Amino acid sequence: MSDLALNPVAVSRPPSVMRWIVLVAVSAAVIVFLLRGTLPALTAYPNDLVIPFKDWLAGLMTWIKVNFSWFTRSLTAIIDVPLRFAFNLLAKGFKFGTGDAAWTLPRLSWVGVTLVMAWLGYLYGGLRLALLCGLGFLCLALFKLWDNSMLTLALIIICVPFCVVTGLLFGIWGYHSPRVNQLLISPSLDLMQTIPTFAYLIPMLLLFGSSPVSALLATGLFATPPMVRATILGLNKVAPEIKDFADMAGCTRRQKLWRVLVPAAKPSLMIGVNQVIMLALNMVIISSMIGAGGLGYDVLLALRALKIGQAMEAGLAIVIIAIVLDRLSQAIAHKRPDAKQAETFIARNFNLLIAIALLGVTTLLGFVLPAFNKLPDGLTLTSAPYWKAGVDWLTLNYFDQIEAGRVFLLLYFLNPLRAVFEALPWFGVLLVLTALAFRLGGAGLAIVVGALTAVTAATGLWVPAMQTLYLCGASALVACMIGIPVGLWASRSDRVNAVVTPIIDTLQTIPSFCFIIPVVMLFRVGDVTAMIATVAFAVVPAVRYTAHGLRQVPQHLIEAGQVSGCTRWQLFRHVQLPVALPEIMLGINQTILLALSMIIICAMVGTRDLGQEVFKALAKADSGRGLVAGLVIAFIGITADRLITAWVNAMRARRGTA
Amino acid sequence: MTSPAAGAVDPRPVKLSCRNLWKVFGPHARDFMKQHEGSVTSADLDRAHLVGAVRGASLEVREGEIFIVMGLSGSGKSTLVRCLSRLIEPTTGELTFDGKDLLKASEAELIDIRRHKMGMVFQHFALLPHLNVQENVAFPLFIQGIAKAERDQRARQMIELVGLQGRERHFPSELSGGQQQRVGIARSLAVEPEIWFLDEPFSALDPLIRREMQSELMRLQNVLKKTIVFITHDFDEAIRLADRIAIMKDGEIIQIGTPEQLVINPATDYVAEFTRDVNRAKVLSAESLMGPATPAASKYTAVPAKAKITSFAADIVESPKPFAVVDGNGKVIGEVTPKAVIDLLSGRGWSAAA
Ligand SMILES: Nc1ncnc2c1ncn2[C@@H]1O[C@H](COP(=O)(O)OP(=O)(O)OP(=O)(O)O)[C@@H](O)[C@H]1O
Ligand SMILES: [Mg+2]
Repeated sequence: MSDLALNPVAVSRPPSVMRWIVLVAVSAAVIVFLLRGTLPALTAYPNDLVIPFKDWLAGLMTWIKVNFSWFTRSLTAIIDVPLRFAFNLLAKGFKFGTGDAAWTLPRLSWVGVTLVMAWLGYLYGGLRLALLCGLGFLCLALFKLWDNSMLTLALIIICVPFCVVTGLLFGIWGYHSPRVNQLLISPSLDLMQTIPTFAYLIPMLLLFGSSPVSALLATGLFATPPMVRATILGLNKVAPEIKDFADMAGCTRRQKLWRVLVPAAKPSLMIGVNQVIMLALNMVIISSMIGAGGLGYDVLLALRALKIGQAMEAGLAIVIIAIVLDRLSQAIAHKRPDAKQAETFIARNFNLLIAIALLGVTTLLGFVLPAFNKLPDGLTLTSAPYWKAGVDWLTLNYFDQIEAGRVFLLLYFLNPLRAVFEALPWFGVLLVLTALAFRLGGAGLAIVVGALTAVTAATGLWVPAMQTLYLCGASALVACMIGIPVGLWASRSDRVNAVVTPIIDTLQTIPSFCFIIPVVMLFRVGDVTAMIATVAFAVVPAVRYTAHGLRQVPQHLIEAGQVSGCTRWQLFRHVQLPVALPEIMLGINQTILLALSMIIICAMVGTRDLGQEVFKALAKADSGRGLVAGLVIAFIGITADRLITAWVNAMRARRGTA
Repeated sequence: MTSPAAGAVDPRPVKLSCRNLWKVFGPHARDFMKQHEGSVTSADLDRAHLVGAVRGASLEVREGEIFIVMGLSGSGKSTLVRCLSRLIEPTTGELTFDGKDLLKASEAELIDIRRHKMGMVFQHFALLPHLNVQENVAFPLFIQGIAKAERDQRARQMIELVGLQGRERHFPSELSGGQQQRVGIARSLAVEPEIWFLDEPFSALDPLIRREMQSELMRLQNVLKKTIVFITHDFDEAIRLADRIAIMKDGEIIQIGTPEQLVINPATDYVAEFTRDVNRAKVLSAESLMGPATPAASKYTAVPAKAKITSFAADIVESPKPFAVVDGNGKVIGEVTPKAVIDLLSGRGWSAAA
C-alpha cells in the first residue's frame, strides 16, 4: 500500500478543482433525482437494457461442466481418497467387506483424541492450554457433538495443509518476481478477499455437486490468500544481511530459499497458517450448505426448524473448536526452538510416540469397553432445554421491551434508511462515485469505480444492490459508532485494554455463522437480526485499529503538544486524532468488508437483498443468477475498499507519513 | 593519493584488488556510465536521479594484511565491500581475486569461491534464528554437503576458538550481542576462508565489549593470518587494528595509508580532521620523530625504527640523553630527543623528521 501512497496523482492535483468536481456530481445527481418523472430511465435502470450476464455465465458454467466433467470427476475422485480416510479415521470407522463378512475397524477413540489435544496443549502452552484443549474437546463428547465435530475437524485437517503448501508456493513465486506479484497475484488476492464467502459456493456446487469435496474446494479457495500474503510479506521481511549471508556462504538458489529464507521467515509464515486455519473453519461451517456436513449442518438444520437449543449447542461447539485451534496454532507459532536436543530416535520422537500410544491404547480399549469408542448416551449431557428455557423466559418476561426495541430500530432507523437507498437513482450514484474516485485516486480509480457501478446497474440487480448497501452501511455505521469509542477508551486505559483485548480476540475467532444464532432467538428473522449479528461480527477491526492507531502516536508528538499547553481535548483533537486517522480509516474499511460478507450470510435470516439472490440461487443451483449476484457483491466490496484506501493514501501522502 | 612508505615496497602478493570501481544505484546506471565515460560528476548523477554509492574506488589488499575501510555513515563502505565480494554487481570497473577476474566468474564458480575462499561477518550478526550455535557455525559446511561428523567436529573447533564452548545448544536469541558476534565469527571461519570480510562487526556492541572483541580479533589474527577487509566508522578502531586504512567520503576513497602515514601526511583537511584527536604516541614510530644522528648517537640506548613512541616513552623522558634509532641491521639512522617525545605527549605539537 505504501507504494500507492507515493502516487503523485493523489498529491499534486490542485484541491479547488477537485472539490468542484464532487460538488458538480452531487448537484447532477440531485437533478437526476428531481427529474425522475421525466427521465425514469436514469433512476430505475430500464429492464430492456439489462445485459444478460446471468445467461452468459450460466452458459459458460454449463459449457465448463459438460466439457470438463472428466476433470471435475477425476479431481473429485482424487480428493475423495484422503477425505474419506480422514472421515473414517476420526468419525466413521473403516468398514470392510459386505453382509455377514463385514467388519469395522473402529475410529480413533474420543478419549485418545481428547488426551492428545491436551498433550499438545501442554507441550506448546503449558498447563493452561492443556486444560483449554482437553476440556474443550471433552465438552464436544459430553454434549454428544463428537461425530459432527470430527467431521468438521477432518475437513480442516485435509484442507489446511493443502492451503498452506499452495499459498507458500504462490507466495514464493510472488516474492521472486515482483512483476508477477504486482500484476497477477496481488490483484487476484484482493479480489478473492473481497468476494464474500457465499459466492464461492455456487460455482463449486455446480461443478462438483453437493458433497464434501466441493465444500473442501470452496474452503481451499477461500482460505489460501492469507498464506500467500504472509509468505510474500515474511520473505520480504527477512533481514537483508541474512540474504547476503546465504550468498556469501555459497548457497545455491534452492538452498538459499529452503534452508535460509523460508526458515527465517517462519514466524510470519506461522501467522499465515493460523489465519488459514481460522478461515478454513469459518468456510467449512458455511459450506455445510453445499454438503460439507458436520457442525455447520447441525446449525443449519436447527436454525431452519427454529430449534433454538440445538442450534446454540452446535454453535458453541464450533466456537470451542475455533478457540482451541486458534490458541493452539498460535502457541505453536510462538514456540521457540528447544535448547535441549536428544540423540536417540526414541528420545527425539518421544512426543510423537506418546501421542500414537495414547491413540492406539484408547482405541484398542474400545474393543473391550465400548465407552471408549462412543460415549454412552447415559453419560452425555445436553444444554438445549436450558437454552430454550432461558429464551422462553426472556421472551415471556421481556417480550415487550425486546419487541419495542426491535420495532423502534425498524421504524426509526432501518426502514427510513432503506427507503432512501432504494430510491437512489443509479445514474446519480454513478456520477457521484466516479467523481469521488477521481478526486481521491485520479483517472484510473475513477474508471474502475465507474465501470463497476455501471455494470452493477446493467445486471438489473440495482435495487437488491442498494438494499445490501443499506443494510451493510447501517451495520457498519453502528459497528463504528460502538467500536471507535471502545477503541478510544482502550487506548487510554491499560485496564480497559486488558479487558477489551481478549474479548475482541475471541469475537474474531468465532466463525461468522455463529453470530446469527443467539440473535435470531431473541429478535426472530428480519433486518434487525441481520444488523445486530453483523455489528457483533464486524465491530472488531473498528476497535482494534482505533486502539492501535491511537497507541501508536509517537510519544514525542504528545509531549510536544503537552509542552505547548494543549488541554486533554486539544491534545486528542489536534495531535492524536489526526496522526491516528489513517489507521482508524483502515479499521473502518475492514469493518465495512466484514459487514458486507456477514450481511450476505444473513440471507439465512430473511433479508431481502443480494444475499437472498445468492441464497435462492444456491437452493435452485441456478449458477448464472448466483454468480452475478456474487460478483455484484464483490463489486460493492471492491468499490468501498478502493475508495477508502485511496483516501487513506492521499491523506498519508499529504502528511508525508507514507 | 597513496603515499607509499619511503622505500618500503610490500613484498606480499596482492590477494584482492579493484580498479576504478563504480557502483551507481538507479535505473539504467550502466548506460549512464557509458555516456559519461571517464568523467562523472555529482551534478551529473543528481540530474539523472542516480546514487553514486561507490565512485572510482581503486585498492589492493595484500595477503595477510588487515585492510580497513573507514568512513562515516552513508559513505559507501558497505556497498564497496559488497562489490568486492560481488554480493552486488559493480556498475563498472575491474575486480581481481587471486589474479583472476572476479567479475567474469559464473554463478557456479562464484558459489565455489565463496564456499571455500571467502568468509563474511555482518554488522547485525545475520545468524539464522532457527538454528542453534552449533548448527549455525556448521551451516556453511552443511550446504557444501560435508558429512555430519566432520562438520560437527570443525564447528566445535571454531566454537572453542571464539570461546563459546558449552553454549553449542543455545539459540541466537538466548545469547548476548557479543556472544552472537562470536558465533558469526566462528561461522565465517568454519570454511577456513582465505579472505575475510568484516562489515562493521563490532558497531552494534557496547564500547567495553567492542574493545574486548577487538583484542579477540587481534588474537585470532595472530594465529590465523588471514587477509582481512574490515569496515568501520570508528577511527580509533581503525587505528587499533589496521595495517593500512582507506578513508572513504561520499563514495570516493580519498586516501589509503598506514595509520602513521595518515597522521603525518593527511591528504585533505577531511583526513586531518579525523586524525586530529588521535593519540600520536601510539601511532607514530621512532623513525617519524627522529632527527639526524649526531656522532655520539652510537653510544645512546637504541630503539628500532618501527617501534611506537609509547613503547619507550616512559624510559626516554627520564633519560638525560636522546635515544638512537636503528634500522633492521642495527645501523644508526637517527636519534630521538626526550624533548621531542615530551612535546608529542603533551600535545604541544611535533615536527616530523625534516
Ligand atoms: N540498494 C540501494 N539503492 C539505492 N541507494 C543505495 C542502496 N544501497 C545503498 N545506497 C546508498 O548508497 C550510499 C552508501 O550506502 P552504504 O550502505 O554503502 O553506506 P555505509 O558507508 O555502509 O553506511 P553505514 O555506516 O550507515 O552502514 C548511501 O547514500 C545509500 O543511501
Ligand atoms: Mg554499512
